[in-house]
Amino acid sequence: MEDVKILTEGDTSILIAFKQEISPEVNAKIAATVKLIRQQQTPGIVDVIPTYASLLINYNPQVISYGQLKRRLTALLKMDLDTESSARRVFEIPVCYGGEYGPDLHTIAEHAGLSEEEVIRIHSSTEYLIYMLGFLPGFCYLGGLDERIHTPRLANPRKAIPAGSVGIGGSQTGIYPMESPGGWQLMGKTPVRTYDPDREVPILVYAGEYIHFYPVDEDEFNRIKAAVDDGTYEVTIREGSAPDTADGGEKNGKEA
Amino acid sequence: MGIRILKGGMLTTVQDLGRYGYQSQGFSVAGVMDVRSFKIANLLIDNPENEAVLEFTLIGPTLEFTSDTIIAITGGDFTATINGKPADMYTAIYMKKGDILKFGSARTGTRGYIAFSSYLQIPTVMGSRCTNLKSGIGGFKGRKLKEGDYINFRIKRRYLPFFLSRKLTPDNFEQDSATLRVVLGPQDKMFTKQGIHTFLNEEYTVTGDFDRMGCRLEGPFIASAGTSDIISDGIAYGAIQVPSHGKPIVLLSDRQTTGGYPKIGAVIYADIPKLVQRKTDHKIRFEAVTIEEAQKIYHEEILELEAMRKAIHVPCKEVLEIRLAAKRLNKLFDEQ
Repeated sequence: MEDVKILTEGDTSILIAFKQEISPEVNAKIAATVKLIRQQQTPGIVDVIPTYASLLINYNPQVISYGQLKRRLTALLKMDLDTESSARRVFEIPVCYGGEYGPDLHTIAEHAGLSEEEVIRIHSSTEYLIYMLGFLPGFCYLGGLDERIHTPRLANPRKAIPAGSVGIGGSQTGIYPMESPGGWQLMGKTPVRTYDPDREVPILVYAGEYIHFYPVDEDEFNRIKAAVDDGTYEVTIREGSAPDTADGGEKNGKEA
Repeated sequence: MGIRILKGGMLTTVQDLGRYGYQSQGFSVAGVMDVRSFKIANLLIDNPENEAVLEFTLIGPTLEFTSDTIIAITGGDFTATINGKPADMYTAIYMKKGDILKFGSARTGTRGYIAFSSYLQIPTVMGSRCTNLKSGIGGFKGRKLKEGDYINFRIKRRYLPFFLSRKLTPDNFEQDSATLRVVLGPQDKMFTKQGIHTFLNEEYTVTGDFDRMGCRLEGPFIASAGTSDIISDGIAYGAIQVPSHGKPIVLLSDRQTTGGYPKIGAVIYADIPKLVQRKTDHKIRFEAVTIEEAQKIYHEEILELEAMRKAIHVPCKEVLEIRLAAKRLNKLFDEQ
């Protein structure tokens, strides 16, 4: 594959650097490579960490040396990648926008010169590609936020943002998986838990999947929240239909 | 049967080699800071290599044993006492019900370890018993230990063969400087030749900004060739980030999973313990090795630990002499 480099990162990790750009195409190649690596079950690999444009692999040098692993990966990277086949999985995430749930919605609207309703409509009309997870357990780096509602971070980060908060930080949008300090502008909150340490699978969504936000009112928020607390709520997952229009407009992988 | 925490010390947590396999979901690996001292502690009492231990930092805890067990203490010297009398390190110690094990502040090093032959009753969370402080999962309720906490043992295990032979020469934690071997990359090309030269030839100082996530060093500016940010990628154990301020940050057990600063290199696995046992104002130098050399050193350390394991699995001299004498006596009686 052109533009791909295999690099050392210490004596227990190896980095595969793809074309260094944030784009759905590069990300799809990475997802396909991860799939291949998992299928091949190379002994000694302990962790595979896909990011925007790279793949970090932690390995045990007692089982496989750098030279051996590099040879295997070089061969693997020459294989045809299956970047087309997998259907787009879109997770439907309900969000109660504004009010106490999204104290910065008016700031975002003001900055954009739009009404709050318009901001909500724009935010909830895109299927956002999950480029990578990082920063916090289950924290998704999403691509494809409409430029009209890009909003600078808060000058003074909040000390504690509640879990489930949905916000905008510069050109990125996302969900806080757990209570955390942070500087994003909060526009709403979802009752869905993208991270739940007590759930059998604590993480809800993975890199390569998509998130679609849809607005709900406070009553619906509370109904869903009660079901989530009972463990009876199931997030709707549908097969995406829209052609891939994500333009990879955002270029910065800064943390929240 | 177990241990009661009478004093928590500064930062005492349950740790093992870490929670691997979940970094892609945003979970830090966590795990012990000084892998070598951890492995030696478990090895001294025939524990599985990855059995959970207590790791303590700068000021150690005080523990009361509520049943008999065998322990081993390794790492820096925290002037440990058992019921007020100095306790030996790097050896197997039989603890009796009611014994009080007390640690002071670190005289040498910064981190100490206690392994227990009866194993700590700590639930496994995603394949590990280690404490991830940032996410609040694993270990004892996802947090550091404090006064009044109680940890049960999982099993009764109060016998070890060759008990008197279980003594190793303690590692030396007296130094106030260390040379860390590094493998350059993956983003060393983003620095100028001069920048790499500075990094490998100048001395850096450990700052107070040093926790389980990482260690910030102060020292000469490492020049980058152009832009000083990368598209965020995964961070390896021991990776050395150099942000635009030109000073290195070594990322350790609780490191964030991904980051956007270029990494000039990474400290080799065998040398990370040398860094994590250093204190503020200690001096650090970096020396480049090839990946092949680094992995040779990795294997050599495993062999060294294997040799230690063998050395403590033979009858000790004193016991051996008595046994020989007994054999001769037996022979005398048999001949009669």
